[in-house]
Amino acid sequence: MRRNVPFLVKLLAIIGFGILYVPVIMMMIYSFNKSKLVSVWAGFSTKWYKELWTDDILITALYKSVLIGISSATISTIFGLLIAIAFVRFASFRGRLFLSLVASAPLVMPEAVTGLSMLLLFIAMEASFGWPSGRGIDTIMIAHATFGMCFAAVVIQTRLRDMDKSLEEAARDLGGRQPFVFLSITFPLILPSIIAAWLLSFTLSFDDLVIASFVSGPGSSTLPIVIFSKIRLGVSPEINAVATLMILSISAFVILGSLLVLRRDGKK
Amino acid sequence: MMRIFFQKYGFLLVIWLPVGWLSLFFMLPLIEMINVSFSEARRAVPPYNPAFQIGEKGISFQPVFDNYLLIYDYWGDYLWPAVNSIRLAFFSTVWCLFFAYPMAWWIARSKKPLQHILLVLVLMPFWTSSLLRMYALIGLLNPNGVINDFLLWAGIIVTPIQMMQTDFSIYSGMLLTYLPLMILPLYASLVRLDNALLEAAADLGAKNWEIFRTIILPLSLPGVIAGCLLVFIPAVGEFVIPALLGGPEQLMLGKVIWTEFFRNRDWPVAAAIAIILIAIIILPVVYARYQDKEGLS
Repeated sequence: MRRNVPFLVKLLAIIGFGILYVPVIMMMIYSFNKSKLVSVWAGFSTKWYKELWTDDILITALYKSVLIGISSATISTIFGLLIAIAFVRFASFRGRLFLSLVASAPLVMPEAVTGLSMLLLFIAMEASFGWPSGRGIDTIMIAHATFGMCFAAVVIQTRLRDMDKSLEEAARDLGGRQPFVFLSITFPLILPSIIAAWLLSFTLSFDDLVIASFVSGPGSSTLPIVIFSKIRLGVSPEINAVATLMILSISAFVILGSLLVLRRDGKK
Repeated sequence: MMRIFFQKYGFLLVIWLPVGWLSLFFMLPLIEMINVSFSEARRAVPPYNPAFQIGEKGISFQPVFDNYLLIYDYWGDYLWPAVNSIRLAFFSTVWCLFFAYPMAWWIARSKKPLQHILLVLVLMPFWTSSLLRMYALIGLLNPNGVINDFLLWAGIIVTPIQMMQTDFSIYSGMLLTYLPLMILPLYASLVRLDNALLEAAADLGAKNWEIFRTIILPLSLPGVIAGCLLVFIPAVGEFVIPALLGGPEQLMLGKVIWTEFFRNRDWPVAAAIAIILIAIIILPVVYARYQDKEGLS
């Protein structure tokens, strides 16, 4: 493409990046504000960060969110891998259309609908055979794993489709059995996409407010639920500090990941 | 023994494990939600009388249409938010396109190191929580927020501008959340554009505007359509943005479901509204799938 970009295009693009970043950067700056009043700058202070470590509700919620994130992301990745293998490797099988429907519909389903329908099912199940008794961490985990596996499947599927099949075929010609070929040849080749799928499922679970609100019970509030209820009470420097820490840590991961990908692409 | 089992049934396991999970935790909930939407509300636990029941008297199915009739009767409370959801999602999509196109264009045309940096800058918000970014936006738009403070201090305004709880705050929130989803497909179609075409057009005397209108725009149209669908579909069902940034004028269906369920405890009506929300997104979703198939072949 021709390199010269019209001035107007560049200007609009810069405004666009401004929309994405100015609010977050301002919030980060104000998280170091000494004053309790959010908009009045009263000098630099890190006291809101120190206060975070004494807020038991936040720490408990963080622990629950991490626990739910790790377990649901693991389930999501395993099932996502199975879905991807089914679609890419098995040309036609009974139920292919059904699987493609139920594996792609959660991607577009509004969160409020997914959350509501799952809660209604959990309640009906509890009424008919006593499981799950009440709602808590396990129901959130199931709900997150369910939509996470559809995203994981998309990520792994793309990689599996682009993979060089001749390596697998060679291993099979040399007498390798199917499970062995998969574990020693295919798996290492698609590992980057499996890691990406796990990270994506984890962040989706860690950030989810709506679905978790529906399927959580008393005493199982995740971090987004706690933050949401705090935000409804108004803007406070303490939330500024939590939000800053969360955004900075995730951004660090994204930058690190992109650097690794760029370095690998650079070597090729 | 294990090996024979896996070789014989591994194939079936790969397919039926996910099919089983998704049937149980995705299909069955939807069916149950349809059931509840045709059930009668009552003051009990659970607060509805199931339309489809398997009990001592055998299987019974007595659908009740009260919930849908209620939605129709109180259309101002339920159908107006539906229209509002479509309106706000539509104009949000237009605004996203307005800013995303120049951004994608700039990224597609910039040289390697800058291009990578800009792409990472687009992807980063995608990974961070939308809830937190909406919170950051509130700090900016509040009557005593950063923008009003600055304008008051500079003497441009005398009283704070009302920016929260307006269409403007909703569009800002949508832009902040969905811009990356619009940029990525646009970038993918713009970066593939053949340089020779543009050079040929310029050599033959076409002006910049003519090149854009006759070459760049038509060739990037698939990206435009994909981006618009990617933004519109989740925007219609959005909950966090109308809940945190919108007022009563910006009511959307996602928030109505939430209020009916948590505040009014009318589960059957909440389920019926959820069905209406699905009905709204089904057309663009089917169109997106059709487009996807066309694109692959």
